Amino acid sequence: MNSADSVARKPMDLAQADVPRGEVHIVAERCKECSYCIVYCPEDVLVYTEETNAKGYHYPMIAEGKAEACVLCKFCDLICPELAIHTTDASDEAQGS
Amino acid sequence: MSTPQQDDFAVVHPFDHLMRADRLPHILCGGCGIGTVIHGYVRAVSESGVDPDRHVCVSGIGCSGRAAGYVNVDSYHSTHGRALPFALGIAVHNPELKVTVISGDGDLMAIGGNHFIHAARRNVNLNVICINNFNYGMTGGQVGPTTPIGAKGTTAPQGSIEHPFNLPYLAKACGASLVARWTILHVRQFTDAVLRSMDKDGFCFTEVLSPCPTSFGRRNKLGEGLDEVEMYRERCHIENGAQNLEELDIDIVDHEQPITVGNFVDIERSAFHA
Ligand SMILES: Cc1ncc(C[n+]2csc(CCOP(=O)(O)OP(=O)(O)O)c2C)c(N)n1
Ligand code: SF4
Ligand code: SF4
Ligand code: SF4
Ligand SMILES: [Mg+2]
Repeated sequence: MNSADSVARKPMDLAQADVPRGEVHIVAERCKECSYCIVYCPEDVLVYTEETNAKGYHYPMIAEGKAEACVLCKFCDLICPELAIHTTDASDEAQGS
Repeated sequence: MSTPQQDDFAVVHPFDHLMRADRLPHILCGGCGIGTVIHGYVRAVSESGVDPDRHVCVSGIGCSGRAAGYVNVDSYHSTHGRALPFALGIAVHNPELKVTVISGDGDLMAIGGNHFIHAARRNVNLNVICINNFNYGMTGGQVGPTTPIGAKGTTAPQGSIEHPFNLPYLAKACGASLVARWTILHVRQFTDAVLRSMDKDGFCFTEVLSPCPTSFGRRNKLGEGLDEVEMYRERCHIENGAQNLEELDIDIVDHEQPITVGNFVDIERSAFHA
């Protein structure tokens, strides 16, 4: 008899499953440095800039090595009180390639 | 292949057309949750499938009351406490419109409390979003009808000794057709509740817990907006359809107490139409 461990729980089409990929857009001048997008991004895509915007706030940018890491969950956009960040679909399919 | 980019001041958010984008950045403090609520509302307008020209937004006075001034639908910034009678007039006169009230705990529940109970009792077709930051944020942090016992305000430096309203319980008791409570961290569920409210004929009420770091958070050692939202993440548990609304008071002082959020009430009850 099979032990519980040997029961395969992996989706059968895992190899083909496309993880969506997003491109992040930031409106630096709207940001007020609340950190919501940075802290609640599930992929830790975002970090603060060194420089500040005209009002003196640091704003998010893409962390080193995370240029391809956004999975397009859109949470950074949804929670931003300032409409200062959003994402667009950058999956290969969306690019038509 | 595309690379992430930093856009500058140019208009670049997909909902800018539903905002008065020329007025952004808005005046609300960094970390204030009101902006997230406004953002969720315009998302619901966009997803409702109803022409934005048929949406109306009404606010009273307060930081929350600023909402009407930033959304690009027909909007009315009424006087303090009077958002509901104003909205009621619009909704009853033209049932084709989707009328949403966005206002604060002080505006809707203190000076406007009587309008609230009677609009809910009549089951007027309105979508009411109460931004509960537990105080009068705009005027510097006086305690109001939702300030939890023990929480501090300028008018209660030792902590409030009054029993607060439990808003979902109040709304249900008054006859609301749909009642929900979320926080700004639950922005997806909040927006869904607002969408369902836009679709439902009757009085729909969504309370949304929202940080006011400037007037409430600092005085109550809740820290920045992020710290208060983290507190919600740790303490909130979701109980859709909860029956025991009378037990769902919010304790802001004892961080061991859970905060219950969810879609609580969704009933069919004939709505008020002229
Ligand atoms: C008739 C009247 N009374 C008092 C005020 C002062 N006032 C302005 S906003 C406000 C309370 C706002 O509290 P709330 O509705 O909770 O909004 P918040 O600023 O917390 O978002 C008060 C008392 C007023 N503008 N008009
Ligand atoms: S869409 Fe999701 S994964 Fe992408 S940056 Fe925003 S929060 Fe992170
Ligand atoms: S959520 Fe918005 S305002 Fe807050 S840090 Fe991110 S971009 Fe800036
Ligand atoms: S005072 Fe409070 S409610 Fe008003 S904008 Fe500032 S944080 Fe928001
Ligand atoms: Mg308030």
